[in-house]
Amino acid sequence: MKRIPVARIVVTLFFVGLLATPAIMRWRLAQRTLAAHSTLDPQTSLARHGFYLEEVSHAAGIDFVHQAPTLDAQLNPIMPEVASMGASVSVVDFDRDGWPDLYVTNSKEGSKNHLYRNMHDGTFKDVAEQMGVADVNQPGTGVSMGAVWGDYDNDGYEDLFLYKWGRPELFHNDQGHAFTRVTEQAGMPAWINANSAVWFDYDGDGKLDLFVGGYYPEDVDLWHLKNTRMMPESFEYAKNGGRKYLFHNLGGGKFEEVSAKLGISSRRWALAAGAADLRGTGHQDLFVANDYGVSELYLNDGKRFHEVGEQAGVGFAPKSGMNVAFGDVLNDGHYAVYVSNISENGTLIQGNNLWVPKEDPASKTVSFENLARDMGVELGGWSFGAQFGDLNNDGTLDLYLTNGYVSLDRNKSYWYDFTKIAGGNSAIIGDAKDWPAMEGRSLSGYQQKHVWLNDGAGHFVDVAQSVGVTDTYDGRAVALADLWNRGVLDVVVANERGPLLVYKNTVAPGNHWIEFSLKGSTSNRSAIGAAVELSWNGQKQLQSVSGGSGFSAQNDRRLHFGLGKSPQAMSAIIHWPSGKVRTLTSLTADKLYTIEEPQ
Amino acid sequence: MSQPTIQTDTAKPEPRSSFRGWTPVSSSMNPYLPPVFITLILLVGHFSFGILESYKKTALAIVSSMLCELVLSRILVHKWPNLASSYITGISVGILLRSPGYWPYAVCGLLSITSKYVLRVKGRHIFNPSNFGISAMLFLASDAVATLSIQWGNNLAAMAVIWVLGSLIIWRARRFHICATYVASFLLFSVIRAWATGDPWLSEFSPITGPEYQLFTFFMITDPKTTVKPKWAQCVVAFSIAFVEMILRLEQSIYAPLYALFLVGPAALVIEMMWNARHPFARSAAAPALP
Repeated sequence: MKRIPVARIVVTLFFVGLLATPAIMRWRLAQRTLAAHSTLDPQTSLARHGFYLEEVSHAAGIDFVHQAPTLDAQLNPIMPEVASMGASVSVVDFDRDGWPDLYVTNSKEGSKNHLYRNMHDGTFKDVAEQMGVADVNQPGTGVSMGAVWGDYDNDGYEDLFLYKWGRPELFHNDQGHAFTRVTEQAGMPAWINANSAVWFDYDGDGKLDLFVGGYYPEDVDLWHLKNTRMMPESFEYAKNGGRKYLFHNLGGGKFEEVSAKLGISSRRWALAAGAADLRGTGHQDLFVANDYGVSELYLNDGKRFHEVGEQAGVGFAPKSGMNVAFGDVLNDGHYAVYVSNISENGTLIQGNNLWVPKEDPASKTVSFENLARDMGVELGGWSFGAQFGDLNNDGTLDLYLTNGYVSLDRNKSYWYDFTKIAGGNSAIIGDAKDWPAMEGRSLSGYQQKHVWLNDGAGHFVDVAQSVGVTDTYDGRAVALADLWNRGVLDVVVANERGPLLVYKNTVAPGNHWIEFSLKGSTSNRSAIGAAVELSWNGQKQLQSVSGGSGFSAQNDRRLHFGLGKSPQAMSAIIHWPSGKVRTLTSLTADKLYTIEEPQ
Repeated sequence: MSQPTIQTDTAKPEPRSSFRGWTPVSSSMNPYLPPVFITLILLVGHFSFGILESYKKTALAIVSSMLCELVLSRILVHKWPNLASSYITGISVGILLRSPGYWPYAVCGLLSITSKYVLRVKGRHIFNPSNFGISAMLFLASDAVATLSIQWGNNLAAMAVIWVLGSLIIWRARRFHICATYVASFLLFSVIRAWATGDPWLSEFSPITGPEYQLFTFFMITDPKTTVKPKWAQCVVAFSIAFVEMILRLEQSIYAPLYALFLVGPAALVIEMMWNARHPFARSAAAPALP
């Protein structure tokens, strides 16, 4: 009998081991994500995870269902894919009654946006019509894509900027009693196909400026196409999208567009933007997540912006950026940035990015490394909006992610045709008429959401199903707010062609919290950009007031900190955009602090 | 210890051209031209469009492939291997494989090279190594990997340069007929697919304009070690690959070309071996044995 060399047997076993490796890795991953796939009753969830989310929209008087636009008939074969955005939610206390209200966009031609006033009794009432911010989707003017609130004239009331695929609108808040449309007086352009906007005071003059990110080029009227060559020229390197706008607030209700002058001239396909002081310079930097390409990081020196995405590491690998959220996930006083992308098993594994700053005290710039995989927040399906917030008040920031692109026929997928065209030459991919018809097929539809619980040791665990998040709508925007002033963060989710979901949070007794409502004086009145560095029990956490974050969303301006059990020695350092710093000591847990910037 | 019964690439240049472990057909051809060419593609692609998701991942694929070749060749053949072949395998894995994790790059590189030493018929490996490795990963680890399909800017100029340069080199290597047959077959079958599906013809033609196909056409289906020998048979195999790919595409298989080569390539080789075993005269006349 022929003798088989030992070495060959060993190599063969090694080969078999290599073939088995994927199965072993999958098993390990399944063990780690076991919690995500098991549903628990509320009491068990409270005991195990410290919180439970209950969907209460109907009981809260909200029966809003988003309607998608119907664009030019030339796009009919791929209409579900193209007309796939517009569901948004932003949190604002527009009437200054101390209770968060909700503004929700609709996107069908002629449909109405809703402004849900918080009635203080667990319910909301739509007052958009009477306030004059409902009828904003009239044919010929485009349709809503999202909204951000900021007090641009520092009168104490939050004003509304509505971005659309169409005519953007600026509404002045008339002391909480009504809104006045001031679009033309403010100097807004006639048409932007925008999917992102953020209020921030880039030059620190105490007046809020506004960034708006174009998606489709601004000369494209999606209802009256000159031709069908309006698609991205590449799935990952497209630079034929909409222009960017930076509106400098001149005061007196007027704005000047200064983007090119200040170093922002990208034509990538922006889907999300956020501003935060990433380097502790006192100036808010701008992070833009682009679809069909790399993210951009614009460092702000107070006078100009410098795009350093590639050098910083965030603009190296092109993906499909759809979210920008900042969070001090390691409780070390630095913001990480969460950018959502696409992951579809067996097809496209981009993975979401959690950009964590690298420690380099000597460096004047900033660089990041992607720790999404290491920290367990990488794979989220066709991910859209995400927000950081301490959902169980344990003292660490958790992450809520919604997802799902087009949910039509459950048994038929458009993915094959999608990859067929996406890999093609720009002359093909860029023309909508070359795209195969969707014919009722889904594209990453009916996806399970992710609620990643921060274990405080550098890892997140998905507990979505166990804590009650079981919906599978096509999620777009996520906003967090303490909707009923209970000291817990509730979650509001806007779904494309789906209902607005309000997840009421119940947190297990024992964990404490503290909240801050900041009001600027020298700084902008909204205090957007103001940061609170809270210290307790030997740890600290940094949060700042945002003028828009996530995807088509804005969280409550009030900052919510979970404190865990028995918080001691609590103090807070408040960094105002004006440069002023105020330190608060002897703080008490379970209390909302309203802090006005010292004159 | 008995003498190993397998053969593999060694430091000695091979007598035939190859895009893995290439040796020149003519004296003007440098045996390291293919590695240089694929490196050039990588560098141009990256510095023009940033195709690499991570230097580390690409390096991991290359290093694991080359180390594996080195170790297995020493263990099983007792010779120092020509690492050009494993370098191309590694770099192909680094470019074609897409995964947010690191381990797939290492496993794919190791799997590709190890397949050369394990999956052999009559002392000859029958799978194109990188095709085997990537196909196996796509099939077994679909939750963790995908392939490159959407890179290099979808840019016409970049695409034209690579096609022209690749064609010139493949022409000198006397394997242009394989590429030409495959491309022509793909075009023919794209018309048939468009007719069968009702989709725009350009959408069926679209995949071949992507970079995945450039690597596939120039570096995978032309591999001399895993292709049949007669020229006419090579054309038949290229046509067959395109045909099986069409069938898979009609079944909406995203990785149709890789799977088609995975299925057709080894089958063709085995058929050739069986044919040669029964027709020894034909073998000596038409198919010089590999070293």
